[in-house]
Amino acid sequence: MSSAEVLSAAAAGGDAGTRSWRLWKTGAAAAALWAAVGGVTLAWPNVEVGFSSWGYTREFGAAALAFAALLLLVAVSGAGRLRPVRALHRAGPWLLALAVAVGAWEIATAKLALLPSPFFAPPQSLIEVYASDYRRLADSLANSLWLLANGFLLGAAAGFLTGVAIGWSRGLGYWVHPVLRFLGPVPSTALLPMAFFFFPSSWSAAVFLIALATWFPVTVLTWSGVAGVNRAYYDVARTMGASEWFLVLRVAIPAALPQVFVGLFMGLGASFSVLVAAEMMGVKSGLGWYLSWAQGWASYANMYGALIVMALVFSGLITLLFLGRDRLLAWQKGVVKW
Amino acid sequence: MVAAAVLEKPETRGAALAVRGVNHHFDLDGAALPVLDGIDLDVKAGEFVALLGPSGCGKSTLLRLVAGLEPPAEGGLLADGEPIVGPSPSRIVVFQDPTLYPWRTVWNNVALGLQARGLLKTQGSRVDDALQRVGLKAFGQAYPHQLSGGMAQRAALARALVNDPRILILDEPLGKLDSLTRIAMQSELVELWQRSGFTALLVTHDVEEALFMASRIVVLSERPARIKAEIVNELPYPRHRGDPRLAELRHRALALLGLDATW
Repeated sequence: MSSAEVLSAAAAGGDAGTRSWRLWKTGAAAAALWAAVGGVTLAWPNVEVGFSSWGYTREFGAAALAFAALLLLVAVSGAGRLRPVRALHRAGPWLLALAVAVGAWEIATAKLALLPSPFFAPPQSLIEVYASDYRRLADSLANSLWLLANGFLLGAAAGFLTGVAIGWSRGLGYWVHPVLRFLGPVPSTALLPMAFFFFPSSWSAAVFLIALATWFPVTVLTWSGVAGVNRAYYDVARTMGASEWFLVLRVAIPAALPQVFVGLFMGLGASFSVLVAAEMMGVKSGLGWYLSWAQGWASYANMYGALIVMALVFSGLITLLFLGRDRLLAWQKGVVKW
Repeated sequence: MVAAAVLEKPETRGAALAVRGVNHHFDLDGAALPVLDGIDLDVKAGEFVALLGPSGCGKSTLLRLVAGLEPPAEGGLLADGEPIVGPSPSRIVVFQDPTLYPWRTVWNNVALGLQARGLLKTQGSRVDDALQRVGLKAFGQAYPHQLSGGMAQRAALARALVNDPRILILDEPLGKLDSLTRIAMQSELVELWQRSGFTALLVTHDVEEALFMASRIVVLSERPARIKAEIVNELPYPRHRGDPRLAELRHRALALLGLDATW
């Protein structure tokens, strides 16, 4: 029975395919533009800029042509029903725009040298960076993530506990609130020099500052979340015989979680900037350190390469946070968009 | 034998309620705003009493005192002869808003009271029973935001009933429902009351609702609330809305509230 089903399904799919075959026009146009990027890269010789010729020009041109061929294949296949292809369709206008941008970048740097050469590297130089220096980059990335994880998790946990405590207890709030208002708004980066001096190692100082930067928004938002819980929620639980602990753990905290996540989001953003600043100023590893190291050697292509890695990873971390929220807070989606 | 005895649902029996000389006031910027003025009220076990009065007269405050959510400024309240000193699962309030926890499914909302008292693991089936009684069996896994107003209020009712309260305190529970749902739920509430035998104390400012549901209506004055009159409604249940005797009682109640000019 299964083979028959498969057969009929295949037939139905085929039918639908032939009936609704349509050229994906945006895809075809993007393919043409990417082919043009590849053609220009390969056929137009790089301008000589004194020191040495740009490496990986041929590889970059070939990659652009290969991408164009792939796009063309998807465009004429009419496979618009497959999920990855549908996603690609949505990205169509972006693929067009990117082809124009990358083409212009290639021409302005490698082909015409309109932009001063050590500061503005052509796209193929990024390939060179990733091919030749991936080990150091991966190492820096791992160090950054480890430092960030330590600082952020510590700060988030401390912020959550502080927020719940001062949201629940007036007495604690009396003492912690002024400290929060005094210390919180100070950018953690301003404390960098002091922290490097007080802590046994620059790494532990960085962990502390990242934690501090995360702590502030998480505390404030957890606190306001707990303080803003509908009083009737407590009345309901109290009439049913709930203990004080029940009110905190089962009413106040779940009701405050949406706010806590906004705090975590803001804390994550703050932790990125402290991380990079700390790595640039004292910690001898990580992506921030890589940036200033590359700049010191005037290898700007490496700097761009590291910046792109940074953008992708940080954006990925925020996406992860939001995925976690959507799972945990399925009952209320889309309060903050990412 | 023992197992059978444990499995049997505990007999729910209404508790008698006594309110003795209760005065109460709010503190508003240092000034005392009186809300209850010498309230004396006796409710027999299993009786359905409605408190009827103009908006903001202090009816809901009286309910909060009965629930034990606040102590009275003066006077005392007794449930079955025992002084009321704090909230207790034997006296459950159904509020005007369903106040379901939005992060919990309907089932888990109804389970709240059992969970708070550590009974959920052993008596979880009571949640299913309660959902069944309000006709929400199929909606256990839904979240509150997926429910209509009437369904949400039914879920709140199930959340109260699961505790087998001896006094059910209804604080305008139908006040925010549309009129059709409201009429349907009035009958449902009366049926639940008849089957379960709890004492019901209903606050409402809807004369018709009070007369249709309660066996005795206590009419309160404007704030500070005093008991102005009592109307005993001896009509048998199930009642019929078109009953001329109800209309007569309604005329009387409106006259007591000073609203019979348009009768």
